[in-house]
Amino acid sequence: MPTYWVSIVIHSNNYLRPMNKPLEHRHAAHCETGVMSAMLRYHGLEVSEPMAFGLASGLTYAYIPMVKINGLPLIAYRTPPRMIIRALSRRIGGLKMAFQKFRKPAQGEAALDRLLDDGRIVGLQTSVFFLPYFPEDMRFHFNAHNLLVYGREGEAFQVSDPVFSHLVTVDRPSLNKARFAKGALAPKGLLYYPAEVPAEIDFKTVLPKAIRFTAKINGKRSPVPIAGAKGIQRVARNIRKLVDAEERYAHLYLGHIVRMQEEIGTGGGGFRFMYAAFLQEAAEILASDQLAEAADEMSSIGDEWRLFALMCARKSKARYDDTFDSIADQLDKIALREAELFARLSVLESK
Amino acid sequence: MKIKDIPQDRAGSLGGETKVIYAESDSGRIESSETNGWEVEEIVLGQALDEIKRLTLDAYQRARQGKTSALEFHMYHQRMDLPMLAQAVGRFQWMVKRDFSPQRFARLSAEKLDGYADVLGIDRDTLKQLPETYE
Repeated sequence: MPTYWVSIVIHSNNYLRPMNKPLEHRHAAHCETGVMSAMLRYHGLEVSEPMAFGLASGLTYAYIPMVKINGLPLIAYRTPPRMIIRALSRRIGGLKMAFQKFRKPAQGEAALDRLLDDGRIVGLQTSVFFLPYFPEDMRFHFNAHNLLVYGREGEAFQVSDPVFSHLVTVDRPSLNKARFAKGALAPKGLLYYPAEVPAEIDFKTVLPKAIRFTAKINGKRSPVPIAGAKGIQRVARNIRKLVDAEERYAHLYLGHIVRMQEEIGTGGGGFRFMYAAFLQEAAEILASDQLAEAADEMSSIGDEWRLFALMCARKSKARYDDTFDSIADQLDKIALREAELFARLSVLESK
Repeated sequence: MKIKDIPQDRAGSLGGETKVIYAESDSGRIESSETNGWEVEEIVLGQALDEIKRLTLDAYQRARQGKTSALEFHMYHQRMDLPMLAQAVGRFQWMVKRDFSPQRFARLSAEKLDGYADVLGIDRDTLKQLPETYE
C-alpha cells in the first residue's frame, strides 16, 4: 500500500484561513476531478475540470486481471483513486493538500464538524452505496467516491456532489456509514482540504510535462504490458476468446467493460472527450497547433470508444451482426490510433 | 462527438438526474454538456442488475429449502459477493462461506452478526431472517 494511506497531517495554524463564503456548485463528469476543480476555484485558482484531469495526468488505460469486480477483471480508464488529488498537488507548484484519516468513526465525525464550523469546505472519500441521494440503480459498493461538504445545519450535511446537477443534503448516520464503509479501497473517513493554494499556475512549464507523462505511460514506453495500447490489445485478444465462453459470461464481460468506460462518470468515451477538452485548453494557453490537432484526434478517438461501447451493447441484443472479432478489431484500431497519438505527444517540446 | 449528437434517451436508472458529457460545440470547442442517459449504458447496467437479481433469487430459493443461510441471500440482495463481503468483514472467504451453513449461522454470536449486518447496511434482525417473498 502506498505510504500516503497512513500519512496524517496535523492541523497547523499556517494553513489557509477558512474562507467563510458560499460555494458555487458546478456539475462535473467525474467525482475526483470535479471536487478538485471546485476546491481550487473556491480558493481563487481558476481550474476547469478537464484542466484538473489533464494536469494530474489522469488519463490511462489499464487492464488488471488480478483485481476482480463481481468476478470480472478491473479495467480502468483513469489512474487509481486519489491519484488525481496527489498528482495535482505535486504538479501545481505551491499547492498543498491536508489529508486526514481516522481509526475511530467518532474522531472522524468530530474533525469534520470542527472544520465545517470553522467555515471550510472539505473533500470526503465515501461509499456510493450509503449515499441516500443516489438513484437506487446506481448504488453499488464503490468506496472511492469523492464529494464536497460545504456546511451543515444541525444533523444535515450540505453536500456539493460534483456528479449531480444540484446540491444535496445527507443525514449524519448515512454520511458516517459512507465515510467508514469497509472493504476494498475503504475510505477510513478520509477528508482533505487545501492547506496552501498558489495565486497562479506556471502553465508553460507544467502543461508539457503533464502531457508528456500521460503520453509515456500510455504509449510505447508503458512500464507494464497491461497499460496503455498494449493493455487495449490484450483486452481485444480476450474478447476474441469469448467465442468459446458461456454466452451469459460473454455478455457480462462486455457489459462490464462498457460500464467502466461510460457509466462511472467519465464524461463519455472513457475520459477521452474530457482529455480532448484539456488538450484544447492547453493548445490555447501555449498557442500550439500541434496540441490543437492532438485535441481533435483525441476527440475522434473518443468517438471510436463510443462506437465500441455501442457494438458491445448490440452484441447482447443479437439483433445485429456484430461478432466478437469485429468488436476486437474495433479495439485494436483504437489501440493503434492511441499509440500513434501518444508517440507524438511523448516528445512534445516545452516552450 | 457534437453536442447535438449527444444521446438523450431518458434512462430510467438515472432517476431523473443528468450526467455531464464533453462534446464539441458548433464552433469546435469541446465543452461540458448534459445527457439524461444513453441506451447503451442502460442495456449493460440492466444486465449487471439482472445478474445480481438472478444470484439473489437463487440464494433465496436455496435458503427457503434450508440449503444455505439468510446471510448468502442478504449478501447478494445488498449487491455484494463473497470476495467483497469477506474483505469488508476482514475474514477469509472460506470463513464467510462457512457461515452460509444454516446450522452454523443460527448459532452465530451477536457480535459476528453485527459485523455482517454493519457492512451490508442492514440491522441484525433483518439479517437473521428471510423476507416472506422475493420476486
